[in-house]
Amino acid sequence: MSESPEIANSGGGQTPAPNRRSFLLRAGLLINALALAALALPIAGYLLAPLRRVVYLKWISLGPVENFPENQTRLAIYKNPFRTPWDGSTAEIPCWVRRIKGDAFQVFAINCSHLGCPVRWFPSAELFMCPCHGGTFYADGERASGPPSRALYQYPLKVEKGELWVKAGEMPVMTLPKA
Amino acid sequence: MAKLSGWPRIIGDWLRLRLSPPGLPDNSEFKLPRSAISWSYVFGSATFVVLLLELVTGLCLALVYQPSADSAWQSLLYLNYQQPLGWFLRALHYWGSNFLVALMILHLVQVFVIGAYKFPRELTWIGGILLLLLTLAMALTGEVLRFDQESYWDLVIGFALAGRTPLIGARLVHFLMGGPIIAGATLERMYTTHVLLLPAAILGLTGLHLLLVYKLGISEWPMPGRLVNRDTYLASYRAEVEREGEPLIPNGLRKDLIFAGLIVLALIVTAAVLGPKGPNGAPNPSIIQTRPHPDFYFLWMEALMGLLPAWLDTPFALIVLPILLLGLIAMPLISPTGERYILRRPLSMVIAVTVLTVLVTTTWLGTYDPWSPDMNAWSGTPIPAAYLKGRTPLEIQGAILIQAKQCRNCHALDGSGGMRGPSLDTTATRLTRNELIRQILQGGGNMPGYGKALKPAEVDAIVAFLMTMHPANEPPAHSSARPADAGG
Repeated sequence: MSESPEIANSGGGQTPAPNRRSFLLRAGLLINALALAALALPIAGYLLAPLRRVVYLKWISLGPVENFPENQTRLAIYKNPFRTPWDGSTAEIPCWVRRIKGDAFQVFAINCSHLGCPVRWFPSAELFMCPCHGGTFYADGERASGPPSRALYQYPLKVEKGELWVKAGEMPVMTLPKA
Repeated sequence: MAKLSGWPRIIGDWLRLRLSPPGLPDNSEFKLPRSAISWSYVFGSATFVVLLLELVTGLCLALVYQPSADSAWQSLLYLNYQQPLGWFLRALHYWGSNFLVALMILHLVQVFVIGAYKFPRELTWIGGILLLLLTLAMALTGEVLRFDQESYWDLVIGFALAGRTPLIGARLVHFLMGGPIIAGATLERMYTTHVLLLPAAILGLTGLHLLLVYKLGISEWPMPGRLVNRDTYLASYRAEVEREGEPLIPNGLRKDLIFAGLIVLALIVTAAVLGPKGPNGAPNPSIIQTRPHPDFYFLWMEALMGLLPAWLDTPFALIVLPILLLGLIAMPLISPTGERYILRRPLSMVIAVTVLTVLVTTTWLGTYDPWSPDMNAWSGTPIPAAYLKGRTPLEIQGAILIQAKQCRNCHALDGSGGMRGPSLDTTATRLTRNELIRQILQGGGNMPGYGKALKPAEVDAIVAFLMTMHPANEPPAHSSARPADAGG
């Protein structure tokens, strides 16, 4: 390789033996660096697999609209669209469906916008209450009181062929844009 | 050295000939200062013993536990009820982790108090703090492996906090969860971390920690006025050990042995009496009748999240806490020399007392979390009879509405019910009739407005009931802008 004379000069060696040795050392390091990169890249790719998608969202049906009476808020459960066979019951994700009138719906994530605890709907108080730090939300998901800094997360939704569809698939976190 | 005879002596002689052969320079005998043979120096070795116990019990549990989201919970029940002594191993492992964290903190406090982290033992301290953090990570991931309802929602809270990291929040959470939701991949990540990654790191760091103890020697008891000086400390320490040092085996081990033995016995009794923790409900997120609650070690964090103003949550978790931890790690670099005697280190003392006070009080508050509503109080907690006796129908109607509208979830009556809001026992002495109406309709100060959920007649009834909530000898509050007899 063209590097070897330079090494000999910079190292100040006169005999050919150190020249050859330092070349071997350099070549050895280079080969191992290549091998390391060739190993590290696939391993990193394997580990970072969950990041291959930026957003995990798919349209999923919550069932016929008749399941949700007008002026009521009901719990609905869907199977997360991104799942493995060994997820078990953890793939069963609940959400709150509010049917205002006709095809006018709101679907809220179960997670409180403060720290993610499951909010519960109390029809007589017309409030969602969070069991963790007492955050409350009005029927339309707007923040009513307590530590949450924003409204409940809402799923994008559509009504098609008499069924209610939501775009779902990931646990809401603060950094997600407001739906 | 104690005199041995028979087989132990033969084995001892064989070992001695290999480990410190006569004729070669003898540096096998580790000596420590006489002042370090003290009951206040026993926490490190006990920590090590409990760490070994955690390794052994963890290994046993891993033989049966299923690290898969669809069967982990069943395998815990199997361990509890079918696997012979599975309950005991689970109990030992769980209570052992409590003991481990407690002993580590005692060890840390003791090292801090006697200033043992100063030159030349800075790295020993830094390694120790890293060990504490890794152990807390073990506690956190271990709680996840107890894969039940509680650990599921505790994970949600953890990820919700992590998700607030600017810019990379969502991606960070996806990486930690191994996908878009908490599911199989999440548990497997936590399992691998708990049984492979962290134990390897902990064992490595423990080896380093012990090697440093061996190389640097155990610090002598601090004396007021004897300052640590980089130029003279090593020589004076060596001189002290040579003058009046004692061999580690057996002189330095007696108190450690007794303490560690008692700790292990106490742990066995605790585990046998109290049994394993959980699992509680199945890890099914669609069962929302739950109240997440972290394990003991993180109650302080829960308390701070519940008590700090909401806008301080994120800065505290993502900025203040890391800075405090960095300060703890870097402490020996900040003050590596000087006085070691605690009464002559006023700043250190103030910091230590403050941090410990905050930790203890918040942990204590965390055990009964007054910031959480009592979600079943409205339907499950009776109205005290005294509050209903001799009341008008309107007032009784109000009392019923206080239950039916879930007011009781946040407001206690006679000590039972939620503690999120003020108790209603003496409300009438604090708010006038008009103020009560305004507060109910508009809310404010952590209370939602009930304007839409209550009809005017219902508000009348509730206010009528609340106006009776004053001690018999103390009249209800009235507006100072009006004559007292106008009734507020």
